[in-house]
Amino acid sequence: MDPRFEIVTDPIDPRQLQVELEHQSAGASVCFEGWVRDNNEGRRVVALDYEAYAPVADKEGQLILTEATQRFELFAARCQHRTGALQLGDCAVWVGVSSGHRGAAFDACRYIIDEVKSRVPIWKKEHYKEGESGWINCVTGQSS
Amino acid sequence: MITVTVRYFAAFREQAGHDQERLETDHDTAGGLFLELAERHNFTDPTSRCKVAINDELTSWDAPLQEGDHVLFFPPVAGG
Repeated sequence: MDPRFEIVTDPIDPRQLQVELEHQSAGASVCFEGWVRDNNEGRRVVALDYEAYAPVADKEGQLILTEATQRFELFAARCQHRTGALQLGDCAVWVGVSSGHRGAAFDACRYIIDEVKSRVPIWKKEHYKEGESGWINCVTGQSS
Repeated sequence: MITVTVRYFAAFREQAGHDQERLETDHDTAGGLFLELAERHNFTDPTSRCKVAINDELTSWDAPLQEGDHVLFFPPVAGG
């Protein structure tokens, strides 16, 4: 199956995605889930909003999966990132790969999530217990 | 002078107070235009941490601007 990256608004369904990784020659599959947690840099987080610019995010995400597929000789690679208002415990991002052996699968999964976090136009606004909110990684607009 | 459409996202949109504007510019690169608008809207993130896309393609800050371009300014990304 061709690698596929998607920005989604509905809840992520890991079980359905995992099925897409199956391959008769695959001896390893590694998945990563990013969850919404209740704290960041010492502040109590109560909810998150994710925003993406899908026309560019989809292309860049797809490029990352294609890079990983070639570099780590994967049989399959899938990634979904959710946008909108998320609650604590929600799955915000899911990455899954399959390959011949575990080393490549671990490395590829790590590569994909790291590249997605640094390259794909997705933004995260945290809402704090005290009532404030702020865009993560930005100097601009902090505690807006 | 050329006319371009600029779009802002996330923190930039909130800081600018709108999500897009059409403007005339004599800047010939995306980076030059960004610096002018960053000053106008008080964006303080350095270009090294931001990204730019022209007509939905990620590009470099020295990419040339052309009449009718849609220039997208992305503040520091934070997926995951």
